[in-house]
Amino acid sequence: MTWLNSRSPLALGIWSIVLIAGVSAALYATFAAVQYRWNWSGVWPYRYQFISGWLTTLGISLGAMLFSVIVGFLLMAGGRSSWTPVRLFATGMTAFLRGTPLLVQLLIGYYVIANALRINEPLLVGTLLLGFFEGAYLAEIFRGAVESIGASQRESARAVGFSVPQTYRYVIIPQAFRRALPGTTGQLVSLIKDSSLLSVIGIEELVQKVRILNAGNYTALEGYIPLAIAYLAVTLPLTWWARTLERRFAYET
Amino acid sequence: MKLEGINLTKTFGSHHALSGAEFCTSDDARVIALLGPSGGGKSTLLRVLGCLLVPEIGSVSMDGEVLPHDEVGALAERRKNGFVFQGYNLFPHLTALENIALPLRSVHGMTAPDACARAQELLERLGLSSHANKRPSQLSGGQQQRAAIARALAPKPRLLLLDEPTSALDPVMTGEVLDVIRELAESGQNIVLATHEISFARQVADWVVFLAEGKVVESSAATDFFTQPKNPLAKRYLEGLSKYR
Ligand SMILES: Nc1ncnc2c1ncn2[C@@H]1O[C@H](COP(=O)(O)OP(=O)(O)OP(=O)(O)O)[C@@H](O)[C@H]1O
Ligand SMILES: [Mg+2]
Repeated sequence: MTWLNSRSPLALGIWSIVLIAGVSAALYATFAAVQYRWNWSGVWPYRYQFISGWLTTLGISLGAMLFSVIVGFLLMAGGRSSWTPVRLFATGMTAFLRGTPLLVQLLIGYYVIANALRINEPLLVGTLLLGFFEGAYLAEIFRGAVESIGASQRESARAVGFSVPQTYRYVIIPQAFRRALPGTTGQLVSLIKDSSLLSVIGIEELVQKVRILNAGNYTALEGYIPLAIAYLAVTLPLTWWARTLERRFAYET
Repeated sequence: MKLEGINLTKTFGSHHALSGAEFCTSDDARVIALLGPSGGGKSTLLRVLGCLLVPEIGSVSMDGEVLPHDEVGALAERRKNGFVFQGYNLFPHLTALENIALPLRSVHGMTAPDACARAQELLERLGLSSHANKRPSQLSGGQQQRAAIARALAPKPRLLLLDEPTSALDPVMTGEVLDVIRELAESGQNIVLATHEISFARQVADWVVFLAEGKVVESSAATDFFTQPKNPLAKRYLEGLSKYR
């Protein structure tokens, strides 16, 4: 029976089915025990609302991800700068963004700062604010990865005649990229989930749509179970894609 | 090649790695060995000679020309040299071929096909042509050091600086790397070699700089140094090391 313990596709498939069946049975038994009364027919009319919320969440997440990677990179680079004002600004900014709740940043950022600048685009402002918040976390992940590249690699780079920018481009960033991958993926998955907070500035993303749906129907779980599945439909492929990337860039150090 | 160090001082924190080191080789020195007890300053002097480190005080002159102390000048100077260290020289994310070809392209301005051809030529010369597309982790320690030597030689350096290139290797791999260095020495390459391999230094070096506690205590032609060292420290060092080999 050793093949059942192997990494062959057949063994993985069989075990996946067994595990999914087991978890489903357990869930079913739990719901049966609390005698939950399902009301699926009430939520069906909201399907287009649900999809539009899902697309909003997707759009915000995608935009904020791209922006957060840029912010993370700039904050990391600024934090390593030898120019004191830049370094202080970047490290202070990182500490502030990581040290205060996203909720507060969204409220102040949208109702005070964006308002003062006369920007009345909740989607745009929300996406940028989320990008700043997650970018500060990414900055710390990137910093850890860059600092983990040892002194001997930096010396080798100097020895072959690389200038400082060349050292970053050819030696440090390619190696740091791989080391930052797992942490970055985790952070991007968090970002997708954190996007639900944008409802406080009036954006009807997925979670907000589900709240509306539940309120209209006096239901609870009929909205939240599809909600969980809709999030998984994005986060699982992202995780899987990151794993493939990790394998592609794997090398012994 | 004539190398001269004048009052070289390099500190790390409060520790003097070099404190007023002075030496001058003959005009036609080719293979200069840096010898001395551990912590004596060999690696530091080697890096200063190769412009990887800039001394706080003092200067180095090479064939009468003083090496620059500013970063731009030092970078230009480094690009004329080749370095091999004890280990972990190669870039782990690049193949052996790319390790050699990348600096040729981005530092020395060669075109991609030229750089690739030159890299292949060097790998062949060092007996590594069948390993061109392997990453460092797929090579043995000796193969890694030979690839590192290939990378250092590829831009035809004026001076090759080797810092204990075999001290992380077992005896068999040490032998294969020392063979390569000896061939280079015999082919007329200018070399500075920091090492504890006394018998090897004796075979290839024509000048010896002996360091202890950050100072040069003896600088003389290799034949003189190995037959009749003037400094008592050097004498004891040689006797101590030749006891077991
Ligand atoms: N980057 C550094 N930071 C702090 N101290 C250093 C550094 N490099 C060298 N030193 C110190 O300077 C002194 C000289 O070191 P160096 O590496 O030049 O000696 P060495 O002769 O090469 O010794 P070994 O034979 O062990 O390699 C040592 O005491 C060492 O601890
Ligand atoms: Mg040393």
